[in-house]
Amino acid sequence: MAPNVAGLAETFPKLLVRNAHLYGSRPAMRHKDLGIWQTWTWSQVLNLVRAYAAGLHRLGVKRGETIAIVGGNRPKLYWSVMAAQMLGAIPVPVYADAVADELAYVLAHAEVRFAAVEDQEQVDKILSVTKSVPKLEMMFYDETRGLRDYDHSQLRSMDDVIEEGRKALADTAVADWLDKEIAAGKGSDPSIILYTSGTTGASKGVILTNERSIRAAADTVAFDKLTENDVALAYLPLAWVGDHYLNYAQGMVSGFCTACPESPDTAMADLREIGPSFYFAPPRTLELLLTRVMIRMEDAGFIKRKLFHYFVGVARRYGERILNGQPVPLIGRLLYGVGNLLVYGPLKNVLGFSRVRVAYTAGEAVGPDLFSFYRSIGLNLKQLYGQTEAFLYVTAQPDGEIYSDTVGPACPNVDIRISDNGEVQFKSPGMFSGYFKDDAKTAEVMTPDGYVKTGDAGFFDEKTGHLKIIDRTKDVGKLNDGTIFPPKYIENKLKFYPNIREAVALGDKRDFVTVMLNIDLTAVGSWAERNNVVYGSYQELAGHPLVYDMVEKHVAEVNRSLAEDKVMAGAQIRRFLILHKELDADDGELTRTQKVRRSFIAERYAPLIKALYDGSTDADISTEVTFEDGRKGTISARVKIRDMKNEPTPVLGKAA
Amino acid sequence: MRATGGPEAAVGDVLLSVENVSLSFGGVKAVSDVSFDIRKGEIRAIIGPNGAGKTSMLNVINGFYHPQHGRITFKGETRARMRPHEAAYGGIARTFQNVALFRGMTALDNIMAGRTLKMHTSFFWQLFRYGPAMREEVDHRHRVEEIIDFLKIQEIRRVPVGRLPYGLQKRVELGRALAMEPELLLLDEPMAGMNLEEKEDMSRFVLDVNDHYGTTIALIEHDMGVVMDLSDRVVVLDHGIKIADGTPDEVKRNQAVIDAYLGVAH
Repeated sequence: MAPNVAGLAETFPKLLVRNAHLYGSRPAMRHKDLGIWQTWTWSQVLNLVRAYAAGLHRLGVKRGETIAIVGGNRPKLYWSVMAAQMLGAIPVPVYADAVADELAYVLAHAEVRFAAVEDQEQVDKILSVTKSVPKLEMMFYDETRGLRDYDHSQLRSMDDVIEEGRKALADTAVADWLDKEIAAGKGSDPSIILYTSGTTGASKGVILTNERSIRAAADTVAFDKLTENDVALAYLPLAWVGDHYLNYAQGMVSGFCTACPESPDTAMADLREIGPSFYFAPPRTLELLLTRVMIRMEDAGFIKRKLFHYFVGVARRYGERILNGQPVPLIGRLLYGVGNLLVYGPLKNVLGFSRVRVAYTAGEAVGPDLFSFYRSIGLNLKQLYGQTEAFLYVTAQPDGEIYSDTVGPACPNVDIRISDNGEVQFKSPGMFSGYFKDDAKTAEVMTPDGYVKTGDAGFFDEKTGHLKIIDRTKDVGKLNDGTIFPPKYIENKLKFYPNIREAVALGDKRDFVTVMLNIDLTAVGSWAERNNVVYGSYQELAGHPLVYDMVEKHVAEVNRSLAEDKVMAGAQIRRFLILHKELDADDGELTRTQKVRRSFIAERYAPLIKALYDGSTDADISTEVTFEDGRKGTISARVKIRDMKNEPTPVLGKAA
Repeated sequence: MRATGGPEAAVGDVLLSVENVSLSFGGVKAVSDVSFDIRKGEIRAIIGPNGAGKTSMLNVINGFYHPQHGRITFKGETRARMRPHEAAYGGIARTFQNVALFRGMTALDNIMAGRTLKMHTSFFWQLFRYGPAMREEVDHRHRVEEIIDFLKIQEIRRVPVGRLPYGLQKRVELGRALAMEPELLLLDEPMAGMNLEEKEDMSRFVLDVNDHYGTTIALIEHDMGVVMDLSDRVVVLDHGIKIADGTPDEVKRNQAVIDAYLGVAH
């Protein structure tokens, strides 16, 4: 199978026309509706998008202006992106779960006049902030439910827009005009503006162009040999660069089929039904899946449990080497074969991984055990590294060269260098053309010779030549005694335990390291059930002495593993506490992509941090929380703090 | 007050009227001499303190209890005694205060059960699930899927109801009642035992049902906030006697209601 990169067009609308020609009767998109998978072929999609574009034009959408896309992974929203691009307008996707203020900020900053939204929820949200979005003129909605009685002077159903466009296209003059519009698009035109998740303050609009997006996607399509026969499930936020790149751009370039889940909550079941061949999951999702599997195995019968653990052990010993094509003793191969029949095969089937040919993970450092678990059961999981500014495309691991602690060598045509202060900088075909309306920020991240600063500290591994990312440059700190303190490194070690959902390590410019933890309600809840621990809420469970005992054991193990490494031995965890509430993006503690926002947390939990370092055994805290509907409330609690014994730094010759 | 400017469904003629109904169990008077009506397309609430006779009233309406006195007129037909299945065929569906689902069956099957009344092919065909029975089932399944989509419970379609949290069970029960395509939907404390978020979701669904399907709804509810937000008109019962009837605002200002809820100084 040759990857589909030949005959590339320079813009997405032209690609769509090409795909309708080349793969006209192949599926382009699937969506589960009313319990049944609906399919649209590339030629159907082209016709729909043409009608949609004509409809949008009648309503006044013009070349060069922005149009917001708000909602989940639904075909009509992807078509909204395509239709906007067809007219030369620039789609601006916004996270569906953004609260009204965040939404208002992006809509106002992007100066949108039009918004394509999913349903009543999004319409209500935008209506609640119309004052701060003065330029907004009209919304198009996908799901009609509940919207019938709304004032329709500024509202249209997408179906109506498409239908009007279809009627208009019956006139050959209009059809010709649309053909000319498609032809008028240039590769250098912006194709999309993606707002960054805002790990570092207010989000910025990253402008990507048609040509560069397509070139980047074409390189990786070739790299992973993707063809029109592949299938991907689009279940990650539409507004995230990963979805736009991996599903939208790669799908357009290779002609593969993008499947949309029935609803965000059914993604796991849909994954299993669709059986994608290309799969991406952030480490968090992989973690969640593994946690769920482990919990269910704990509840399984004795024989099944033993069988599972035995063969997972076999997989750990031989699985990765078999996947990498390395020599494995015959007995290992035999055992692995039996395991595949009894455990790995069925397990992959349940997880929906049976047909996955290429799987990627990225976004955060992945725990080595987690990573090798999936690889050992035969999932070709690889890592890539990138960021929105690069159109998620800096490094990726080629088949057969997989290491859990590297992110791979530079992608084809990407130039990477490490600056003097250890920062990774790159120059790539897919790099952004600038931040929307923010030249100052653009200048800040660009070097004079045209490289983009990533803000990540990293180095090239001497043995493999792969890039290793340690942490954000500004996050790597030092303890008062000079020991290096990379918080993420410690947090990731903790987070590998299924019971620990989130960790925040502190230690920069301090005497020792402390951590604040979130327990995983699913895992610990199931443990509590089995051990007759009664609790009424997350807060109560988190404060339970037995939970503290259990977590203390995990922290002790992490300390042991830190102590093994001479450099890190000084960064062992001295004290820890379990937070009384889960860190939440709605409260601003995590970004929309679920990354910890350190500075914000440091401020918010200042009393707890003070207590961690002044020796007290507990501390009072009261925090404001935002509910899903935007109302606010307060949670107060007294949080306990535990001291940890530290392992001595290993001395040579001493037995463990 | 309604969430989005005025009543959605056209409120029209009287759909059901209760006239001078009295019901007693032995010496205990559950309902005495109560009259009110329910108009087409409205959301009608029946409220009252504990033991006011609300559920008894609902049971009278759907034919589960037979009142000793009084008349009930539904769609212009007056009946002295109506049995529950007659009520069901007539277009009255209900949910229960304590969820009454088939706990071992999936959400889908439970809602499918609500379609039983609408199935017309003979037992013979259904036994073999062949020909007309197959076509009919596909058609019913489509309707059920619409309801599943409407109530946003796609992810629990195949989950046995007994394993679901309470809030979702309530939603499945609402789905089963909707599957009957009722003209009058009786909800017995749809939000009881729910947290704030679940209550808001359920309120949304009740409003949407009224709006989308044009279903007339009579609901019993304890939570005054919910009642005042949802309903067009409210009947207040206390010790089996009707003490007030009117719009939420009128009822809120009624001295008898305030006394019944807050007590009177003696």
